[in-house]
Parts: sequence; C-alpha cells; structure tokens
Amino acid sequence: MTDSKYFTTTKKGEIFELKAELNSDKKEKKKEAVKKVIASMTVGKDVSALFPDVVNCMQTDNLELKKLVYLYLMNYAKSQPDMAIMAVNTFVKDCEDPNPLIRALAVRTMGCIRVDKITEYLCEPLRKCLKDEDPYVRKTAAVCVAKLHDINAQLVEDQGFLDTLKDLISDSNPMVVANAVAALSEIAESHPSSNLLDLNPQSINKLLTALNECTEWGQIFILDCLANYMPKDDREAQSICERVTPRLSHANSAVVLSAVKVLMKFMEMLSKDLDYYSTLLKKLAPPLVTLLSAEPELQYVALRNINLIVQKRPEILKHEMKVFFVKYNDPIYVKLEKLDIMIRLASQANIAQVLAELKEYATEVDVDFVRKAVRAIGRCAIKVEQSAERCVSTLLDLIQTKVNYVVQEAIVVIKDIFRKYPNKYESVIATLCENLDSLDEPEARAAMIWIVGEYAERIDNADELLESFLEGFHDESTQVQLQLLTAIVKLFLKKPTETQELVQQVLSLATQDSDNPDLRDRGYIYWRLLSTDPVAAKEVVLAEKPLISEETDLIEPTLLDELICYIGTLASVYHKPPSAFVEGSRGVVHKSLPPRTGSSESAESPETAPTGAPPSEQPAVIPAQGDLLGDLLNLDLGPPVSGPPLTTAPVQMGAVDLLGGGLDSLMGGANFAAPPAGTMPANLGAPLGGGLGDLFDLAGGVGTLSGSYVAPKAVWLPAMKAKGLEISGTFSRQVGSISMDLLLTNKALQVMSDFAIQFNRNSFGLAPAAPLQVHAPLSPNQTVEISLPLNTVGSVMKMDPLNNLQVAVKNNIDVFYFSTLYPLHILFVEDGKMERQMFLATWKDIPNENEAQFQIKDCPLNAEAVSSKLQGSNIFTIAKRNVEGQDMLYQSLKLTNGIWVLAELRVQPGNPTFTLSLKCRAPEVSQHVYQAYETILKN
Amino acid sequence: MIGGLFIYNHKGEVLISRVYRDDIGRNAVDAFRVNVIHARQQVRSPVTNIARTSFFHVKRSNIWLAAVTKQNVNAAMVFEFLYKMCDVMAAYFGKISEENIKNNFVLIYELLDEILDFGYPQNSETGALKTFITQQGIKSQLTKEEQSQITSQVTGQIGWRREGIKYRRNELFLDVLESVNLLMSPQGQVLSAHVSGRVVMKSYLSGMPECKFGMNDKIVIEKQGKGTADETGKSGKQSIAIDDCTFHQCVRLSKFDSERSISFIPPDGEFELMRYRTTKDIILPFRVIPLVREVGRTKLEVKVVIKSNFKPSLLAQKIEVRIPTPLNTSGVQVICMKGKAKYKASENAIVWKIKRMAGMKESQISAEIELLPTNDKKKWARPPISMNFEVPFAPSGLKVRYLKVFEPKLNYSDHDVIKWVRYIGRSGIYETRC
Repeated sequence: MTDSKYFTTTKKGEIFELKAELNSDKKEKKKEAVKKVIASMTVGKDVSALFPDVVNCMQTDNLELKKLVYLYLMNYAKSQPDMAIMAVNTFVKDCEDPNPLIRALAVRTMGCIRVDKITEYLCEPLRKCLKDEDPYVRKTAAVCVAKLHDINAQLVEDQGFLDTLKDLISDSNPMVVANAVAALSEIAESHPSSNLLDLNPQSINKLLTALNECTEWGQIFILDCLANYMPKDDREAQSICERVTPRLSHANSAVVLSAVKVLMKFMEMLSKDLDYYSTLLKKLAPPLVTLLSAEPELQYVALRNINLIVQKRPEILKHEMKVFFVKYNDPIYVKLEKLDIMIRLASQANIAQVLAELKEYATEVDVDFVRKAVRAIGRCAIKVEQSAERCVSTLLDLIQTKVNYVVQEAIVVIKDIFRKYPNKYESVIATLCENLDSLDEPEARAAMIWIVGEYAERIDNADELLESFLEGFHDESTQVQLQLLTAIVKLFLKKPTETQELVQQVLSLATQDSDNPDLRDRGYIYWRLLSTDPVAAKEVVLAEKPLISEETDLIEPTLLDELICYIGTLASVYHKPPSAFVEGSRGVVHKSLPPRTGSSESAESPETAPTGAPPSEQPAVIPAQGDLLGDLLNLDLGPPVSGPPLTTAPVQMGAVDLLGGGLDSLMGGANFAAPPAGTMPANLGAPLGGGLGDLFDLAGGVGTLSGSYVAPKAVWLPAMKAKGLEISGTFSRQVGSISMDLLLTNKALQVMSDFAIQFNRNSFGLAPAAPLQVHAPLSPNQTVEISLPLNTVGSVMKMDPLNNLQVAVKNNIDVFYFSTLYPLHILFVEDGKMERQMFLATWKDIPNENEAQFQIKDCPLNAEAVSSKLQGSNIFTIAKRNVEGQDMLYQSLKLTNGIWVLAELRVQPGNPTFTLSLKCRAPEVSQHVYQAYETILKN
Repeated sequence: MIGGLFIYNHKGEVLISRVYRDDIGRNAVDAFRVNVIHARQQVRSPVTNIARTSFFHVKRSNIWLAAVTKQNVNAAMVFEFLYKMCDVMAAYFGKISEENIKNNFVLIYELLDEILDFGYPQNSETGALKTFITQQGIKSQLTKEEQSQITSQVTGQIGWRREGIKYRRNELFLDVLESVNLLMSPQGQVLSAHVSGRVVMKSYLSGMPECKFGMNDKIVIEKQGKGTADETGKSGKQSIAIDDCTFHQCVRLSKFDSERSISFIPPDGEFELMRYRTTKDIILPFRVIPLVREVGRTKLEVKVVIKSNFKPSLLAQKIEVRIPTPLNTSGVQVICMKGKAKYKASENAIVWKIKRMAGMKESQISAEIELLPTNDKKKWARPPISMNFEVPFAPSGLKVRYLKVFEPKLNYSDHDVIKWVRYIGRSGIYETRC
C-alpha cells in the first residue's frame, strides 16, 4: 500500500488524464484517480475542473471512496455552488442509510459544505439525525448544528434547532452531551445576550454527571462550559468544586487546566476562613507541578498559566520554587517562562537558592536567556531587601566576566537598584565606570550616564566621562541624548565652577543642532531654568526621586482577573484578552470573576471593583493599581519611544519632573536671558489650564456661570495611544462638588464597552465618587460626554508636580494610562473666607520664608472686577486698602485638605501687571495657587 | 476551535492539509511555512500569532504538525490533541516520517475526518478507531449488531474497550518505569531530585474485566494500618509519599478522590495506567564526584568518580557518563579503571561507558584536556556532567501490592490470571554541576 506515488504526478495534461480515469468503469481505477485528485489538492493544485467527474463517483458502496469524494466536495463546493447541488440527493439518501456510520458521515459532511442551496436541504435530514436512535449519529448532528449556525444563524433559530440542541444536554449518552455543550457554548459566544446555555443548578448537575463518563475531550468541553457558570452562593460553589477536583488527576493536561480554571474562579466565592478553602489551595499545587513533566509545548502553556495563577494566588505555589529551576536542555521558551516564575516566587526564604541558580544561568549560551537571568538578579535585589547586597556582589562578579551583553544588562539593573536603595551601594560605581567603553546598547549607555549624573559629586572625573559621550552626541539614540543632557545639567548644578563650558556645549547641541523636539524642549527648559533661577533649578533637577516599587511587570489586576477566567486558552498564553487577537463578535464577550462573597469581604461593593477581588486583598503581590502606575510613570527613562511628541504637553511620562516645575518659573520670570537663535514656541509660556486649550485648539464647553472657572477640554489621551479611544476632558467645581468632565470618543473600528476608571494616589486624595457610567457601548466614531463626580477622600501621596493626576481607564480592549494636571482652584472650598483678625494674626504668624511673590501680566481688570471674578472661584477678598494709588486686596482661600492660603494682590490702575504675594504654611502650593489666579483672571 | 490542521515535511512542503473552519484560508498554510519553518532564528515559542491567526506546532523527527485557529481556543487541548494525533498515526502505521505519511495520506484524511469534527476533538482512542477505520473500505457489509456495537463503543462510557474480547490465556504485564532526575551541586548538595514514574500495563484479558490496582501508597497504608497499631510502624517505612499522580481515562477518578482506590476496566493491549511523581526519600542510584582544575590557559585536568548506591546483589546496566569539554579542545588523554572512555569531538564531550556495575562499587576516570589558546573573552560555560543508566528497581521505592481482576460474567477468577511485574529505573536528567 504505497500511496506516495500520487504525490509525484506532475506532468502536463494531467487533468485530462484524470478525467478519463475518473470516468472509467473499473472501480479500482476510479479510486486511484480520486486519490490522485486529493493528493493534488493537498499540495495546492487547482483540480476544481474535475468537479462533475468526482461527484459522479459519489454513488458508491465503498466507504473509503465515498469519504474521499466528500473531502473533495468540502474543498470545492463553495467555488462550484451550482454543481454542488448534484451531490444533495446522495446526501439526503445517505442520511437514511441503515448504517449509522454512513448516516453520520453524510450529516457531518453536509454541514461542511457552505453553499446556501445545500443548507436548505440539510435541515430535514439534520432534524432527523438529531433524534436518531444511534448516539454516534446524534453526537455528529449536535456538532452539525454549530456548523449550520456558522453559515446561517437565522435559519438555525427559525428551524428550532437550538431547542433540540438544548434537549440533547439531557441525553443519556455522555458524548452526545459533551458535543451538545460544545456546540451550544460556541453559539452562545456569538450571542452574548441570549440566555442560550441557561445554566441552572439542575443542568449543572447533569453536566457534572456527564463529566465522569465522557471522553477526555468531552470533559474539557464541559469544564470550559462550567467555568462560565455563576453559582448562587458559596455553598453551591463549594459543591461544584468538590465534584470537579477529581479531574485534577486526569492524564490529559487540558482537562487538568480546565478544572483548575473552574476551581480558581469559584474559589473567589469561598470564604477564606473556610477549611475547605485551604484544602482546595493545597490540592491545586501538585497537579500544577505535574504539568511541568508534560511535553515541552504543554509545559509552555502550563507555565504561562502558572504565571497568572502565581500572581493571583501566590500562596498556592510558594513552596514549589525548585520545580521551576531550569534544566539544561529545556527548550528556550520553557527556560524563559520558568525564569519569570522563579522571580515571582522569590522570597526571603528561598532567595539564596534562587540566586545561586540565576548565577548559573548567567553563564549559559542563549543571549536572551542570559540577559533575562541577569535582569532577574536585579529584580531579586529590589524584591528581597535582605538579598540586595548579595545580588549586587553577584552582579559585580558578572561584570568582571567582561562578556559584553552581560555587563550591559548588569549596569541597567544596577541603576534600578540605586533607585530602590539610594546611598547604599554607590561604592560599586568605580567598577561600573571602568566598563564605560564597552557599552554599545542605548539602554545600557543611558543607564550608565544616569548613574554618572546622579552621583556626579562622588565621581572625580564625572566631567571627563560625560564629555567623552558628548563627542558623538548626534549619533546617539534619543534615550541617550536626553539622559546625557540631564546628567550634564545635574553635574553643573553640583559642580558649577568646572563644568560651565560643558553645560553650555550640551545645551547648544540639544537646542540648536537637534531636530528632535523632545530634546530641544528639554534643552530650552534647562537653559531658562538655569539662567532664571539656579536655586529653583537645583530644586527641580536634583529633587529627591520617589523609590521604585518591588514588582514591576505585574499584569494589571483587572486584566489578571479576566485572564484567570481564560485559563488554558490562547488568551492565557498570550496574556492578552481575546479581543486583542480574535476578530469579530466572538472576542467581545467579557468574562469576569465572580464577586467575592466571603464573610469578611462582603463589604466590597461590586461597582467599584467590577472584576472581582479588590487589589487590597493581596498586598504582597498585587499592589494597588496606584503603585503600578506610579512606577510606570516615574521611571526616569526619557520620553516614550514612539508616539507623537508633545501631544499632551505636560503629561509626557519621563518629562514630568522637568516640565512641572519648569513652566512656572518660565512664566514668572521677566528677567531671564533671551534664548539663543532658536525660537521658542509662543504658547509654551501660557498658563497651564488655558495653555492646553490653546495648544490643541479644541472647541471645549465653556464653564457654567455659577461655578468656578472651567478650562476648555484638552486631549488627555490621544486615540493612537489607546487603541482608538480618545479621551479629552477638564475639571470643574460647582456648588461644592468637583467633577471631571470627560469626552470619550471611539476612533476604532470596533465597539467599546465596559468602561471603568481609577486614579492613582495623588496629592489631594482626589478619587472618583462614583463608577464611570457609560450606559451604552460606544460604537465607532461615537462620542459620549460624561461628568464624573470626584471627592477628596482617596488615599494621599505627594505627587510631582503637586497637581499631577495619574489616571487609568479600562475598556473591553485594554487598560490605558495617562496623567494630567488639574487646576488647583477646583480644590478651593466655599468656606474659605477668613476673619479679618484671624487673617492679620495668621499673616504675621507665617514666617517670611514662606512668602512667594508672583507677577500677573496683561490683566486689564480693575480691583472690583478682579475681586468678583476671584470670588466666583472661591477666592475671597477680606479687605481692600489703597496705598499710594495702588489697590491692595487681601484675600484668603482654603483647600479641600484644610490648608489656608493668604494673598495680597497689588493692582495699580492703568498698569496691567499685578503683583501677587502668597503666604501659606505649605509653601509648595503657592506655585499652583498662583497658576490658578492667572487662569481665573485671564478667562 | 481548531480551524485547520497541516502536516509539513522538513522543507515546508504540505503533506496533509485539512481545513475545518471557513475563517482559515489557503494562505494560512503558507504563512506558517514562511514565518516558522523557514524562519531564520530558532523557534522561540510553540504558539505563533501571524496576522491574527494562531498556529500551534509540534515536531516529530523532521515532520511539522500545525494546528491553526482564529479563535480563543483551549491551547492545552490543542497540544494534547496534536500529541494524540501522533499516537494514533503511530499506532496505525508506525514511525511518523515523510514517507509513511505520504503512503498513508488517504488513511490520515479519514482519521482526521473522524477525530476532529468542526475542530472539536472526538473519540481518539486507537482501540475504538481501529474497529471501523480499517482501510479495507468494505464496512457496509457489517451486520446491524456489529454496527451498533461500534457506534456504542465510540460514543459510550467505555470508549476504549470493545466487548467480546476472548483470550485462551488471561495474562497481564505490569511495568513500573521510573526516571530519576537529579541536579547536584559540585559540592554534592542535592539541588533538586524527583522521580517521575509510569505504570504501563499490557492486558490480555477476556470480557470486560474490572481491575483494582494497589501499591505502597503512604496514604492508603496509613489508613489501613489504623486497625493494627503494630503494622503501622513496620509498613510505614516501606510506604512512599506520592506527590501527585494522574491516570489514564479508564480509571474512575471520583473513586480515587474519595477512597484513593484505583479501579478501572483496562483497554485491550498496552496502555499507560498512571503517571506519578515523588520527591521524598529517593534512592539516588549513582553519585558523581567531579573535580575540574584549570592548569594555565591551555590545559584542564578532570577527575570524575562515580559511586553506585544500591544493594550489592543488583546490577546496573548501560551506564554512560558524559563529561563536557570546552569548544577549543585540541586533544584529550583519558584513563579509566573500568569500561571504555572516548573523546567525541563532534559532541564536545568525553563519553565513558560501563556495561554493568554492581551496587556499592566505585569507579574513576581521569582526563587531561589540551586547549587551543583563544582570544574569546567569554568563559567556558561548564555544562553539567550528565549520566545515563538503567537499574532493576524503582528509585522511588514504589512497590506493586496487588492487581486484582474480576470478571463476573466469564468464568475465570483472579487466580487464573497470569501476572508479571517488572521494575525499571532509568536516569532522566541526571546531572552534576562541575
């Protein structure tokens, strides 16, 4: 029996010959010919011309020949719909055949022929087959309903096949049940609203019974279906879990993973105090470990899933570190995944072992793997403080190997270690500096330059080192250029006398010879800052940096919860929601974990955490979203690599610390040296609130008269950064309530839904007072206007700049982050009017160092107008005095957190420039209060 | 679900192409060839996403099997299916090679039609498939009884066994096959060790026999030992703690979960009854003591001692020690007390083979490795010394206590069944760092 000869016929006139053979009288010859046709079809040759001849062979007793003809039909029927009709009769006849195998074959094949006219004829035979006495036919017919639904959904509904399919869930044969479940699940996916599967305790019970009896594949279908069920209460959840746990011992890894999915999901509903909860946790670990002895491809799938499970419930595998140690001949994809999990499981208890392993890995051959291992050492240092010292010395050992990419990777992670433990390991800088010349990757060069700049005072020849980079300034990548610019400015601020020339050089390189707007603007800002007020410059540039947090590449909690619902599937392998890689309606169904109903957690309202457990429950591994965000935004990396430059002026990630402080002094200073040749964008000096509006020229809503001034809406999140979602917005305050007015525009091609919003911790504790309510899904090109009420009872963390607000917005597609600056006057409260006596006493009481003076230019209003305008925004005039023809207004205001700000505003009739003196016990707010004045007065 | 299944040869030529879903076009076949088979770099993942189409692949010798989908399928299931597909093909025509696939392409299409329907895996037990996919093509002449017997087996609860099997001699073979894995530090500290074992059963039993398998599982022994306090102490030592085990689908899992008893109706012929893993109290059959000394930049001195650690009456076989050598090795001199040792330049290793070795013995090899001077800055990675061997016992300590057979309908009893048990311990990844 050698069929391989069919693959080798390539001569001309082949089709003609085949035609003759197909019409031969001899059965054997016919069969041979059909085989040749199929072989040609497989290798991609077009044999559709033989359609009528092949179909003629269909009427045969020979099952093998029949199957071949059917195979041909499935491939070509679509291109020859008229001729395909010729086959219908045979199908219909076969569906009546006494042999169940033939009946099933006919109904199976018919469903694969996607020709409208044929589907019409399919309905009657299918109806019969669904009620066939033989289970083999019924299980085939069940799948056929799904096929038909894919071709013509309406037809399936009209013919009532869905009801018949539902009935099959109660069939006596487990395989029929499994296939019916599979078909219904698939159909239900494309009708998210319909209650097709209609899972209730009774049907669940049937499924659980069938689970014990059907094939391994059937068990997978059933378990995947069970995972979509939402139990009524914790008791039901527990009883389902009890009946699913035996599956963890199945030899088929997919059965095990699907069972894990059901358990992980229903565990959400169990109280942690329950004995059963801890029993279940213990039962989950061994099967997960066993998955690692499967074939490498399955190991990979298992590891990607374990990565999620470890993030969601670290306690399950915390003692199993060893099984994730890399084996010498693991495929690279397994090695990399194991490494990831090792870092996640690293703790004080096992750090010594982990480090010893990582050190071994760093000497391996695969470059990616070695890099990741080196990086992992750095992450261990950051994660487990006690190990930091050992990690640093391991990294130094690795640097001594002089292997180029090892050295570079080590330097990048050492920079992070410095950020986590400042003033602890700086003694190693000398060793790092020795390797300066060997660095050829931008990331490593940038890291090294950052280190030199940050610790310039401890490096004797810092100026020489930085100067050496300056020679090839224009050949460097942007990342390095930006870092070099900042580093030299830092150096100058630390050692002004020796480095004046250097700083001049770098500033002119950045501003005059560069085409990169980010670099140029950063250059200008430094330049002005330095020439205006070196002391302020020092405060801005050398400000203390926030520490970086422990876990860096965690999956964002809502996404993680969603992915837990997709354990075992492709989504869990890609770590992306299905909508990111599935086309059409199927991906839109959004799954979420059941809300926690345990005894102690019942207080959590499902609205604020729509996708399950609030992050606060797992403080160890999943930080509040804020930490994650904070870390993302505070990394001193320079601007993001892609994306349009300066779309959201002060919101650029890395530049925040520079721009935030920088702009204010730019505006206030009348006496700064004019910039050299280059031209400064005219509106860079404009006040922030209005400036944004100007920059983007957006027709925003004008603020309502009764409340404080409202800036026009500005684009906060451009569509191209957020997969088509554009967000613009502004802040307003009306009768004591603050709100964030948002305009969401869908510029993508698919419908968006499931919106949610979250703020990072911020200086004044701003937080959404209600969930983001977008009532209907947002269709493409649709815009919706939403006013989100805010309160100030959120958690507080001092931000830089003070009024920086970091926001995460989620929809069905992804989670997006942006940050924006809010005008301070939205925080001015209504009862901010101070008593006269009190004002005088307080003014005297606040030390003079806390006084800040500002100029408000080009404001043609008189004192009365000023006073009433400011009052609208809750800045209250307490007294007015006339001194030497000047109007002195004494004013007070109070912030939501109770900070009082006292002001003296000098208005000279005829002179459009006002002088504003502010006194406050928290002098850092003065800048922003001044900005608020500007904004209010000029609009 | 699975949208299509392709099989390619090593050149990327399509041998089998079966499309199940309309969303998979013909270009998918080419996309995989271009992006994966012909890709320049090493394969970095068994799952590849090309233009929103996901490809799962496994390789058997130089044959690529790829499953394609555009949906969010159960990834674990797809791989399990691909492995199963390989098993089924191997059961039908032996080794999976280009030639065999071409010779059997009609059969493969027939199988693919049967075991995947609209991308949903269906019964793929070879035992059942072989009853009606025979390549004889004359099944229409079957009697009605035969037909319904086939269909009820394929869809039934016991899809892996057909009724009416008869043997004159009822016989069964149990093989306990273990692979012992070790990673040891140069100082002799066990970094990780585990045994992954399989119990493979070959059954030639008549009718539908109900079997019950027992071993020295700690949990079971302790449960039984409760009655007689005396015995707990004695048998406690001989019992082993099993970390985890998985079973063939014939085993009643809910019964194992509740009573920890392993009961099943076996498939006919050979199958893997269970897999298990242990990590505690493992008998490590060999200990490797390495000593590597760098003498200057152009010479290495290596001394390796192996010690066998089991009963002197037992014999280990097929012992092989593989000592890696640097890439710039120019020459090697080896002296060994026992067996044969050779430097294999193509494998960058000294391979030392010993045919047999009894327990509680020791043997030694020493080698001098000459190196070519290089200016490669990168140090030699020193891969671990690995070992292969076979021993006639189970390193986990597992013992088969009983395998009882009941067939109520036929007149043979447990005593009439001839039973054979054999233990084989093999090295898995047995490495000592140096």
